[in-house]
Amino acid sequence: MKQSWDGPLNKLDDYRWEIPKNYLSGMRVPGLIYASSKLLEQIREDQAPEQVANVAFLPGIVGHSLAMPDIHWGYGFAIGGVAATNLNNGVISPGGVGFDINCGVRLMRTNLTYKEVKSKIEFLVNELFRTIPSGVGSKGRIRISYNEMRKVLKEGSKWAIENGYGWEEDSLFTEEEGCMKEADPVLVSDHALERGKPQLGTLGSGNHFLEIQVVDEIYDKEVARKLGLEKDQITVMIHSGSRGLGHQVCSDYLVTMQKAVNKYGIHLPDRQLACAPIDSPEGKNYYAAMCCAANYAWANRQCIMHWTREVLARVFQSTPEQLGLKLIYDVAHNIAKIEEFNQEGRKVKLCVHRKGATRAFPPFHPDIPVDYQEIGQPVLIPGDMGRFSYCLVGTELAIKETFGSTCHGAGRIKSRTSAKKVVGGRDIQKELRDKGIIVKAESRGTLAEEMSEAYKDVSEVVEVMHQSGISKKVVRMRPLGVIKG
Amino acid sequence: MKNFEIIEHTADIGIIAYGKTKEEVFVNSAKGMFYILTEEEETCKNKSSYQFKLSADTLEDLLISWLSELLYLFETKLVILNKFVLEEFSDYNLIARVYGENIGHNNKKIKREIKAVTYHYLEFKKDEVSKLWRARVIFDI
Repeated sequence: MKQSWDGPLNKLDDYRWEIPKNYLSGMRVPGLIYASSKLLEQIREDQAPEQVANVAFLPGIVGHSLAMPDIHWGYGFAIGGVAATNLNNGVISPGGVGFDINCGVRLMRTNLTYKEVKSKIEFLVNELFRTIPSGVGSKGRIRISYNEMRKVLKEGSKWAIENGYGWEEDSLFTEEEGCMKEADPVLVSDHALERGKPQLGTLGSGNHFLEIQVVDEIYDKEVARKLGLEKDQITVMIHSGSRGLGHQVCSDYLVTMQKAVNKYGIHLPDRQLACAPIDSPEGKNYYAAMCCAANYAWANRQCIMHWTREVLARVFQSTPEQLGLKLIYDVAHNIAKIEEFNQEGRKVKLCVHRKGATRAFPPFHPDIPVDYQEIGQPVLIPGDMGRFSYCLVGTELAIKETFGSTCHGAGRIKSRTSAKKVVGGRDIQKELRDKGIIVKAESRGTLAEEMSEAYKDVSEVVEVMHQSGISKKVVRMRPLGVIKG
Repeated sequence: MKNFEIIEHTADIGIIAYGKTKEEVFVNSAKGMFYILTEEEETCKNKSSYQFKLSADTLEDLLISWLSELLYLFETKLVILNKFVLEEFSDYNLIARVYGENIGHNNKKIKREIKAVTYHYLEFKKDEVSKLWRARVIFDI
């Protein structure tokens, strides 16, 4: 099915490429892709740019239909896409968020250094693998009633913290403080609750992971210091989402939106873009249900981090406090948010869809933690399991150009089947071990599908965002131990 | 006639299911979805059974609802389904009884997770040459 795209792209500068508004009749705004010439060649290999053009059909879209350098072909929206719509006449689209609502990343620091953990990595990985449920159909360690589940959906991180899974301060270092207030559990189906209840506190499978990392390169010493990071220090990164609950919420509302498209006479080039006016009952209900799934995902990552703290404390015979296991930040990269921006000198509220894109707010933005006011919001970019991950900070330029958004990861270039073909008889686990990375996965298939060659080089992706000024590199982390589903 | 084929998509995976009738396409698309989950096509014992009723505005929407419902059963009952009986069927409604075996019994293993059934590149039509019905569905994995 792979087919290259040869549509028009106007070069604006070395990192910005525009799909003109007249490319398809029906586009309301132009498309804008952030990429280097090298990444652009990969981007043209599939139909992701066509999807960027398709998103420009959404009623009420403002500015550009945006694509980050990690963009790849998704369903409806490309993965790595950003679209902001006007609250007055615009739409909200579940396809612009994705099935894994609030799939996201959190980064935790430690006082440990590489020297101190070097000999214990394998033991640590085994302990984490044993403690944190992962893999397909895994059931969590949390047993709660449906009533309690509704509280999780309403309160997010706060629920987890109040129930002993974390520290009071953790929510302060989470996007939205780990809770979107518009969540209304009444709008979440029984099917979604049933899928989500046994899975709370599970990592999931596919590209989700928990990684022990070492800070390997510092780009901005001052900002790194404010984040409590220095070279050779150990960090932990957690990548997970809203599990079956979020998948079901999206599926349920896609059905609602298919009907809404007819009801409101919306013309779209792809059914997966189905949407409804933000102020319609369908739009409002989806947003309130999406907030529930987002809150579930924050509670999920919060519980996983709590057990990680316990494992680290056990392995290093200390306490989480003494080990300095502080949450640096938690970001959502599949979400729609109502945010305020300046448009032609006026403050307006927009619905920003980030589908495989990360919020990247600048210094002194009111929505970022007090402790980070001077440096800007930390942006966490996971790479594939064999290469690097990055921490960046948001900039003022991101507010002006990308509705405060940046890339979210490496971006897939090979389908899972073709990755497996490339792997053939290779032993990925051994190859990574030879590079000093201990990986433990529920299935060997996952390791083949998730190998480095299946992804773009995250360093190239991050470089585009850095060079274009949309976000600034702070530190790079190298994986030492990885657990996967 | 093949029951189904697996097709590739950068981030995802899909199937093309075939059938002499629309009902057969529904059954074969279900078999294709469980093949993606388990990478096995062999039969398992039909120890558990579930019955349900669905309705939708179009045949394509009914196919999405059908596969989504089976995915929900798989994930909540932890059951691999391999026998699908459509007791009643029209373009807009169906009543089904499906049979399968729990994960863990008989060393049944799951190879990968499917997050959801998408509308992306969705197609349900009759091939005028072969006279066979075919459906294309992409899954988010």
